[in-house]
Amino acid sequence: MKKVLERVVKWLLTASGFVTSLVILLIIAFLFAEGAGLFRERVIEEGYVLALHPDNPVREMTAAEIKAVFDEDITSWTALGGPDVPIETFRLEDADKYFTEEQLGAQYENAGALISELIGSRPGMIGFIPESMAVDGAELNFIEDNSISPAEVFAGTEWFPTATPAPLFGMLPLLAGTLWVSFFAILFALPFGISIAVYMAEVASPRVRGFLKPVIELLNGIPSVVYGFFGLIVIVPILQQVFGLPVGESGLAGSIVLAIMALPTIVSVAEDAMRNCPTTLREASLALGATQWQTIYRVVIPSSMSGIASGVVLGIGRAVGETMAVLMVTGNAAVIPTSILEPLRTIPATIAAELGEAPAGGAHYQSLFLLGVILFFITFIINLTVEYISARNRAKNR
Amino acid sequence: MDTTPTYPTGYGQSKRRAQRAAFGIFRTLSLIIVFTLFAILGFIIYKGAGVISWEFLAEAPTDGMTDGGIFPAIVGTLLLMLGSAIVAFPIGIMSGVYMNEYASKSGWVVKFIRLMTNNLSGIPSIVFGLFGMALFVKYLGFGDSILAGSLTLGLLSLPLVIRTTEEALKDIPDSIREGSLALGATKLQTIWKVVLPMGMPRIMTGLILSLGRVSGETAPILFTCAAYFFPQLPTSIFDQCMALPYHLYVISTSGTDIEAQQPIAYGTALVLIAIVLVINLLAGWFRRYFEKRVKTKQ
Amino acid sequence: MGKIEAKEVHFHYGTFHALKGISMDITEHKVVAFIGPSGCGKSTFLRLFNRMNDLIPGTQLDGSIRIDGRDIYAPGTDVDDLRKNVGMVFQRPNPFPKSIFDNIAYGLRVNGIKDKEFIRQRVEESLRGAALWDEVKNKLNASAYALSGGQQQRLCIARAMAVSPSVLLMDEPASALDPISTAKVEELICELRKEVTIVIVTHNMQQASRVSDMTAFFYMGELVEYDETKTIFTNPHEEATQNYITGRFG
Repeated sequence: MKKVLERVVKWLLTASGFVTSLVILLIIAFLFAEGAGLFRERVIEEGYVLALHPDNPVREMTAAEIKAVFDEDITSWTALGGPDVPIETFRLEDADKYFTEEQLGAQYENAGALISELIGSRPGMIGFIPESMAVDGAELNFIEDNSISPAEVFAGTEWFPTATPAPLFGMLPLLAGTLWVSFFAILFALPFGISIAVYMAEVASPRVRGFLKPVIELLNGIPSVVYGFFGLIVIVPILQQVFGLPVGESGLAGSIVLAIMALPTIVSVAEDAMRNCPTTLREASLALGATQWQTIYRVVIPSSMSGIASGVVLGIGRAVGETMAVLMVTGNAAVIPTSILEPLRTIPATIAAELGEAPAGGAHYQSLFLLGVILFFITFIINLTVEYISARNRAKNR
Repeated sequence: MDTTPTYPTGYGQSKRRAQRAAFGIFRTLSLIIVFTLFAILGFIIYKGAGVISWEFLAEAPTDGMTDGGIFPAIVGTLLLMLGSAIVAFPIGIMSGVYMNEYASKSGWVVKFIRLMTNNLSGIPSIVFGLFGMALFVKYLGFGDSILAGSLTLGLLSLPLVIRTTEEALKDIPDSIREGSLALGATKLQTIWKVVLPMGMPRIMTGLILSLGRVSGETAPILFTCAAYFFPQLPTSIFDQCMALPYHLYVISTSGTDIEAQQPIAYGTALVLIAIVLVINLLAGWFRRYFEKRVKTKQ
Repeated sequence: MGKIEAKEVHFHYGTFHALKGISMDITEHKVVAFIGPSGCGKSTFLRLFNRMNDLIPGTQLDGSIRIDGRDIYAPGTDVDDLRKNVGMVFQRPNPFPKSIFDNIAYGLRVNGIKDKEFIRQRVEESLRGAALWDEVKNKLNASAYALSGGQQQRLCIARAMAVSPSVLLMDEPASALDPISTAKVEELICELRKEVTIVIVTHNMQQASRVSDMTAFFYMGELVEYDETKTIFTNPHEEATQNYITGRFG
């Protein structure tokens, strides 16, 4: 009886040991399953077609071109390799510009025929119409509806997931926004983080250290919404005043908040590394007439460099993945940032802001999961880097 | 050639000056951060203290969340803390026990599990949110519910629980285990009667800190559990619930009347901060209590 | 006048009375060995000569220690300058995680010498002085950790000698080394006595008798006997010394 119990418990403990691995596998599986679905989706909104005059030779348009055409940024077919006629766009809601209500019929029962005829008679027109309305207009040509291509997603510079007729899922602005805001966050956090770590590990008396440590722990414990709230109420207005910005919500506001949030990670890992630097090395340096500061920057910091690097990399990971605070203070404009003073939008903030509104299973929904996959891999690589640095360090110290 | 060094005069002074300057900078930067923390805490306490009242803590929001209290959000957050604890504590402690007591210390299994656990702890909370939505809400069909939220938050806090358990057990000397085994106790009895009780204070510290983390997380519950407005208390684990961090997010960014809601936002932030402070104090107290006990034993 | 003069030195770690009124004169260019059982205070006393005990919080010193006639604990003493003049070699080899060259050059650099050519020559000379030059001259840029334990300890001696101290403190410098490396270190000590005054703490009585001119026997924080090494090992005045060197305790 006792034996059986021992064995059952051992089995249970072993199983729970693998729970974290299982969770990671499940995360990969579920995120991938949803995210990869994006590439099976069509460029043009489901159930709709883009219809052209039968003489128009243009068959292929990228999602970006479609959007440019309907935004009237492209106004001539020559730009798309077609004839030299100006482009006229037609959406279903434009129908009453061309036809009276009587013509269309009470239930729009005549709309299909009328619209098909209209498009068939105008050489420059492109119509975004339901598939059902175009069936009887056999005279029309159609833009080929391809699957969304990885190139459009990963190299696309426009994020416009709710655009019609063709949503744009270019993730570069989001990726750039994430890296941009994290880069500045680390730039701000680094001098503070290293200084505080050195101060706590090498300079401060035990009493001062005993005071600083809980301060850093508290900074780590404050929820990210509270940072976001503080940033929104205090930092954003200050930045708006100081830099004379039209809106204070900006990359800079995000970076400052992220810097405060990444700081505890950098400090605690770097401080640990420095405290682990052998006393005998410190003594050797001091015994040669070096000052404490010379000892710190010539011996202690170089010999704990890998630990300090781990701290910084972990801090970057924290900054890249942070959601709520960034969502609240960066202004969320999905453009590739050119200045830190502009609003920008990060990957986590995009997911948080848009998933609630994206219909489950649609292209938008799947694109957000794909963003999740990207985020997962960025942090996964960061974690592996840290593991690699510390493994190499352990080997070196042996 | 005579290579007896002649040292430049005055260098001693200049290097002492460099040290004073460097340490001065470190001290200043440290002070700035201390000041920042107190500025954040002070600001929220100053603005929020006037809002806190019995009604604020014990009543539901009214008038389109421009008035009334935050009682449902407090209850929701407590429920989520409890739920995540039910998920994370047993699995996390068992996993920590397995890592330290059963798995061979230098084997690939331990290395692999540790790598995975570290990786899990580095995954952003919004990814947990996506995952929780895909698995618990959609695939398993729990819907937006306390159950789905607790499971997601539980998985999120798992690495912290595992790591603290493992570290707590690692510091218990082998001689104590051997002593118990030598008396004829089985391995399981040794763990249950000797090892776990000795490691308990430190394990508790880790558990408390993981509760603190859970209480402030927003991103994982955005799509798994949190309700914008749900004034009655949840009656089953399949209900949605309000939660303090989500409530603060909603009323400070997308509320119906942001001006009128600002006092509520300050009050909510203060309650959140208070939870964090209490949890940190509690964890610190546990740690000190434990350290003192060890000292008196020696 | 002695090189080092200690008068009525009392030292406390917190409430522990580690040194109880020690007075001692050390003559220039002599090798003095400190012997005694573990915890007798000999290392503590040694570390007072370059104020290494300053690093330990909660300690207190009474009495005076003079080197070259100057009280090294007088207020306003430049501790870095003192340590430049009083070198130290530790129990275990503790080279910096830097190249062999940078290890030796360290002491010169932190004391303000920037002339590269001078540093190069001084490094060579110090390594020659430590009988290490021929072994490392082709790998000066290799990490010091690539050397064997014995080589590392000689590197540490060369490092200490590079700044040209007038006193060298050695805290059981051979305790972590094999017999061959130990012999080399001892040989080195005999060479170095021409340049510096050496104070060496050792557990090994043969070593003390081989390398030192004078020997001091410490017991329970007190200096029991201090005399010519020959006298201590052949005809000690105190019974405790006799018991210790004949191996009856300790």
